[in-house]
Amino acid sequence: MSQPIHFHPSSGFDQRSREAMNDLHLRRSFRGAMDFLQAKRRAQFTDANELSRLRDLGEAIRRHALANLPQLLEELESRLSRNGVQVHWAQTPEEARAIVLEIAKRKEAKSVVKGKSMVSEEIGLNHALEAAGIDALETDMGEYIVQLAGEAPSHIIMPAIHKTKQQIAELFAAKLPGVAYTENVDELIRIGREVLRKKFATADIGLSGVNFMVAETGTLFLVENEGNGRMCTTVPKVHIAITGIEKVVAKLDHVAILNTLLPRSATGQPVETYQNFISSPRKPGELDGPDEVHLILLDNGRTQAYGDVQLRATLQCIRCGACMNHCPVYARIGGHAYGTTYPGPIGAIISPHLLGLGATHRLATASTLCGACAEVCPVRIPITDLLVRLRNEAQAADADSSLRGAGESRKPLVSILFRAWALVYRYPTLYRLSTWLMSRGRAFMPGYQGAWTGIRTPLIPAKKRLRDLMAERQRTN
Amino acid sequence: MPNHTDAPRRYPAKPAAAYLFSTCLVDQFSPEAGLDAVRLLEREGIAVHFPPDQTCCGQPAYSSGYPEEAKAVARLQLDLFPEPWPVVVPSGSCAAMMLHNYPKLFADDPVLGPKAVALAERVFEFTEFLVHVVGFSRHDEAAEPCTIALHTSCHARREMGVHATSAALLAGLHKVTVAQQARAEECCGFGGTFSLRHPEISEAIVTDKVASLKESGAEAVVSADCGCLFNILGHAEFLDKEAGRKPTLPGEHIASFLWRRTGGGDQA
Amino acid sequence: MNARDSILARLRAAPAGDPAPLPDVAGWYAAMPRLDAAERLARFKAAIEASHAEVHETYRSLWPDLLLSIAEQKGLRRFLVGGTPEAALLRSRRGALDFIDYEHAGIDWRDEMFANVDASLTNARCALADTGSLVLWPDSREPRMMSLVPPVHFVLLDASAIHQHLYEAMNKEGWADGMPTNAVVISGPSKTADIQQTLAYGAHGPKEVVVLLCRENQE
Repeated sequence: MSQPIHFHPSSGFDQRSREAMNDLHLRRSFRGAMDFLQAKRRAQFTDANELSRLRDLGEAIRRHALANLPQLLEELESRLSRNGVQVHWAQTPEEARAIVLEIAKRKEAKSVVKGKSMVSEEIGLNHALEAAGIDALETDMGEYIVQLAGEAPSHIIMPAIHKTKQQIAELFAAKLPGVAYTENVDELIRIGREVLRKKFATADIGLSGVNFMVAETGTLFLVENEGNGRMCTTVPKVHIAITGIEKVVAKLDHVAILNTLLPRSATGQPVETYQNFISSPRKPGELDGPDEVHLILLDNGRTQAYGDVQLRATLQCIRCGACMNHCPVYARIGGHAYGTTYPGPIGAIISPHLLGLGATHRLATASTLCGACAEVCPVRIPITDLLVRLRNEAQAADADSSLRGAGESRKPLVSILFRAWALVYRYPTLYRLSTWLMSRGRAFMPGYQGAWTGIRTPLIPAKKRLRDLMAERQRTN
Repeated sequence: MPNHTDAPRRYPAKPAAAYLFSTCLVDQFSPEAGLDAVRLLEREGIAVHFPPDQTCCGQPAYSSGYPEEAKAVARLQLDLFPEPWPVVVPSGSCAAMMLHNYPKLFADDPVLGPKAVALAERVFEFTEFLVHVVGFSRHDEAAEPCTIALHTSCHARREMGVHATSAALLAGLHKVTVAQQARAEECCGFGGTFSLRHPEISEAIVTDKVASLKESGAEAVVSADCGCLFNILGHAEFLDKEAGRKPTLPGEHIASFLWRRTGGGDQA
Repeated sequence: MNARDSILARLRAAPAGDPAPLPDVAGWYAAMPRLDAAERLARFKAAIEASHAEVHETYRSLWPDLLLSIAEQKGLRRFLVGGTPEAALLRSRRGALDFIDYEHAGIDWRDEMFANVDASLTNARCALADTGSLVLWPDSREPRMMSLVPPVHFVLLDASAIHQHLYEAMNKEGWADGMPTNAVVISGPSKTADIQQTLAYGAHGPKEVVVLLCRENQE
């Protein structure tokens, strides 16, 4: 019974952030993890010039793929079909779930083992499987822990990043029969391994995500460290891969470049333990591997992002999580506060397309625009520009925007304030008059200045403005 | 449109004259910083012009989702700098707004678009200008030794790419020790209207920033951005007042600090 | 319209963005300094050892003895082998190993494999120097699970088959002309850092990877 994703993440965002920030354990967990991941990434990219050129190339690969997206998807589909992989298309989470359930029903499946797949979280697949009486077991250690705790992942790469080993030790002891409390990480992993091995051996269906799809060869590319992804895609008789339509690249060798960017950006590893290229189901004579391989291509709002040349850059994302690892806001509030499948800066720019801007506008405001995210993005998504754009759309007065939920969160009072502000600042006379009044009235400046003075001393205008001082100098010179 | 910020900028030779775009924050709340910037530049032989019609770069509206309002305000600034002199801005954030966002704001306008691009090309952040254009090389032999911490604003660091220039200016002062702080590159939590829209998250971030600045052992903090300074110093002062103690983390704009350290105060 | 056609229609209706030419991946790799065979071997060894794998250098004729002695040291007895000449060679040696033949074991024997196998032996197709990786193209003689399920995985690698990087392997071996059912690139034993960023080995796959790096026999 995992936590549901919030269909209106904006409401409750402040409350969830507050709870997270008041949880000192959680704050420390995130801070420690962020420091660790940042240092590891830094150590991977010691040559700034090389990194810059590599990011150029990563960006070029993703932009090329998006520029040719419909053709590449068709090429991919035709290659995969020729290889014997069954390709399905889903416009909505409902359609995607129905496809999985239909396969499960046809195969009379009782249990599904799941490799790490954020898209399966996005479509709420576990709930649907459970409702249909099918066991859905997460097998990535982090995902397994989170599922055991009845929670949702708080990070796209490290799902259990919010948990301490003590909490995991308690969880295992409480939930797993015959397991005693231990904080020994090797031992905890050994316990997980034993439990999950039995499941791999008997599951009917293995479900996975995909890191990249290669149109040229009809290949699904998956990376991982644990081996659970290989288990899910190798052991059960049916493998279902599910991913977003944007994850395609044109050429096999594009994977070579993206794969040097992905693990180094994500966890600061030079390479992940397993790079898994899957191009077909088991062929005659082969002794293992699934008899059926299915690929589900999900839209769920991605075509909306695609429809706008600026917002299209959102789809360049390779889901490394570096943006959240470097985000000062994410480091403080953690992943759950966002209330979306994808938290952090990437979550703030992708979620409006998935869930509508009306439901998610507050996420785009929860950024200082410090640019740490865009600075580390391996494919150079201009995240801050996109956040600003979404802020524009969220309060757009005219409804001719192509974005779902645009203008829904417009606040008349704030709009009037900005209009008044612009009036003062666009007419020098008005500006001079109002700032003169403020400097003369500084003694009457309120000690309470809204949220500013909650934790800061008030801002008091200077006795003389710089323009006054400059004018004085000119007179005396 | 790819948004590459690591391409190096081209710098002009040291000019005889420059404009100062003071920013609304300096004009209204921290005029001394602006004046010290003027004094520093004049001492280097640069005549500083302050167009009196200047107001604000427009960033508050731009970053809050009000591009039309931002444009209306930015539009005013476009015409204020007719001579081909550099425009020096004592704020990395406002300089970044003019350098990167003015061209975007007016991209579709056949008249104002080229104007915005031309202005952007000669907008320089103050410390960037001192290092790369002025070649500032004064020392502080006459001053008392001191230990300070440097806070570089995120926009100076990441959008202007000038995080090295403040540090270089301080490194040029022989009697200043720059204290090492934890997570120097992390945001202070100001973010303009962010501090009002998300006060609690802003608080969590600035609390950590103030703590790491204090832990660095610095006597004071300097920065080339007044927005960050108001946030950091305002929070430090708030904590001091709550605790009923003397100020524990004073600070100032790097222009004032440089001016004083290099003997400017004596001549004034 | 079905989902497929609707999605494709929406994508096709979108405005064209800036031109996005085919990226120059070849140029990126061509600009890298070339490593000679000895450098590639040294880089491979250092990198895969940094990923916690063992590397033993040996000769073509000597690896079976080496494997037997390592197996003995590690106390490994039940060995999963495939239908390769190397497996046949190993089986011909006297030793204390029990051999389990994947081919004859059949698919129903899965529980046994998950619970009661100590180690496996497979060939590597080639290796990658820069990341310290082994490339396997599992096939009917050496199925996919052989490199995944047993706790210890022995890998035979020809010392002359070390490419500089993945791109070179793909390119020189013409991967794009025909991918196998499954290709897998392995960089050390299975691991996880999902509990408080603490690294632990043997998450789901092998806990140990032992590379037998074979040079041609010296005359």
